[in-house]
Amino acid sequence: MRRIDCLRAIYDELSDCAVVTIMGAVAAELYSLGHRPNFFYLEHAMGLASSMGLGIALAQPRRKVVVLDGDGSVLMNLGGLTTLARYAPGNLAHIVFDNQSLLSVGGFPTATATGSDLAGIAAAAGIRNARTVGRLEEFTPAAVEAINAPELACVVAKVEAVGPGSFHMDLHLLENRFEFQRALRPDGGSKP
Amino acid sequence: MPVSERNSRLVYDALVATGVEVVSALPETWLVHLIRLAEDDPAMILVRLAKEEEGVGISAGAHLAGRRSAMLMQNHGLLQAVNGIVSLAQLYKIPLLMLISDRGHLGEPDPWQTQGGKATRPVLDALGIVTDELRDPATVQHQVTRGMTVAESSLSPVALLLTRDLMWEASG
Repeated sequence: MRRIDCLRAIYDELSDCAVVTIMGAVAAELYSLGHRPNFFYLEHAMGLASSMGLGIALAQPRRKVVVLDGDGSVLMNLGGLTTLARYAPGNLAHIVFDNQSLLSVGGFPTATATGSDLAGIAAAAGIRNARTVGRLEEFTPAAVEAINAPELACVVAKVEAVGPGSFHMDLHLLENRFEFQRALRPDGGSKP
Repeated sequence: MPVSERNSRLVYDALVATGVEVVSALPETWLVHLIRLAEDDPAMILVRLAKEEEGVGISAGAHLAGRRSAMLMQNHGLLQAVNGIVSLAQLYKIPLLMLISDRGHLGEPDPWQTQGGKATRPVLDALGIVTDELRDPATVQHQVTRGMTVAESSLSPVALLLTRDLMWEASG
């Protein structure tokens, strides 16, 4: 299963959500499918995409928030899973692309390559709706359900360690930041 | 417990008065009353953290979603959160009001707090973070309001150090 195919499969579901991605391949691949103002690409601060998603979800309980995370980033903030579980906002979906490697920095294996089970860790942290999927036919309904479910859900998608041909994004991180903030306003940024 | 309930209330009321709606926190002795006040306030969203760096993410999300927030942490929590402060709050121009208990400074009896106490101000200075000390109960409200003002105008982190004089009732 390739991450780009997963992203393509849920792209339309993301149109009304606040989407927070990690840096690297996840950001570049989502961007390549077509940028939207409600997509925020966290280009550093590994581990904090899920914390940002929690902050948005708690601040705007009526907006659906989708965090597109990765194994390396989740491993940097395992404690954050316990915080997600504690507040368990129903409007948050946590989708983790697990390619068992730090692909953007040379492909070195992460601990999921040697057996660490992120969905198991999430479940043990208290996220009741956490599961692992390995095929696109499983991923798509699981992710769509996670996005639309009225409870916090975590989907760990086992994907191949392949990334985009280019990581280039014609979007400065501050441009993205201000545009995203505007998109999260109740008027969607349509008013001056 | 000689942590000042009265001054904790002053600090909490100042946060509320300046429009803070989200507080993230990791407990420590000096913060117990402040955290309880946040917990008991139905209008406040309190996020109890496993590690302080998460709070930078919470505040960034809250800010982009249109809510004012603050972090309550010990100075060792500041040290713990440095990468998040640099790589999220500063890189992405996020206003971040940090209320930091000033452990390990004058009067500190606990040896384990002293090394972090020596590092606190130099680290804040190295990061270019606007810093002030909350010491006099009479000026707490004013300082918190001004801290929020400059955090938002500069889109940057601001540190308000909760001093022993303010937080601890016993002398020494």
